[in-house]
Amino acid sequence: MSESVSENVGLIIIVVGVIFDLLGCIGLVRLPDIYNRLQAATKCVTLGTCMILVGVAINIGLADGGGAKALICAAFVLLTSPVGAHALARAAHKAGIRLWEGSVVDKYLEVDSGKKVTGAKV
Amino acid sequence: MTIATASLVFMVVLMFSSFLCLYRIGAGPTAPDRTVAIDILGTLVVGFCAIMTWQTEKAFYMNIAITWALLSFIGTIALAKYLEGRGFDE
Repeated sequence: MSESVSENVGLIIIVVGVIFDLLGCIGLVRLPDIYNRLQAATKCVTLGTCMILVGVAINIGLADGGGAKALICAAFVLLTSPVGAHALARAAHKAGIRLWEGSVVDKYLEVDSGKKVTGAKV
Repeated sequence: MTIATASLVFMVVLMFSSFLCLYRIGAGPTAPDRTVAIDILGTLVVGFCAIMTWQTEKAFYMNIAITWALLSFIGTIALAKYLEGRGFDE
């Protein structure tokens, strides 16, 4: 009974994680500029992959080492993926990539240049 | 639904997501766009390796996943520093 319950819970978590991955990659293709793509893809795919890893750990158990490695890998992805995304967004801004014309605020430029930026053009 | 069928479905969905990432790597239009897509592709491969661990019940696929996550992170940081125009030790 408990075996089958844990298997079903793990399977549901994996399904939700795979759906998050798919939606994040659709966002990567569909959204208009680098910052929007970064925001959609990084958050969705990080959560999706962590859910896949946790679901696999629930399914195969911690006994033979695979589940413990999956949990370690989930913690690692959860720690490093936002750091990489932040570094990339900062690098893109420093490299002079412009925001999409529909974007209305650029706080980083305001802090950097010391003056208020209004309107769509930055 | 057996484990083989379920994992096959998951793998097909993840491969379709990977092809979307490959489209973004090819289409660009700027270098940070491609770098984001490479980062996301690395994270997808980690999930793919986890599904393979579940399907084959062999724990060594998780070693591949951990190594891939580490190398993907280091590569992303290095490319970000390069795009920013700074040295690696700053």
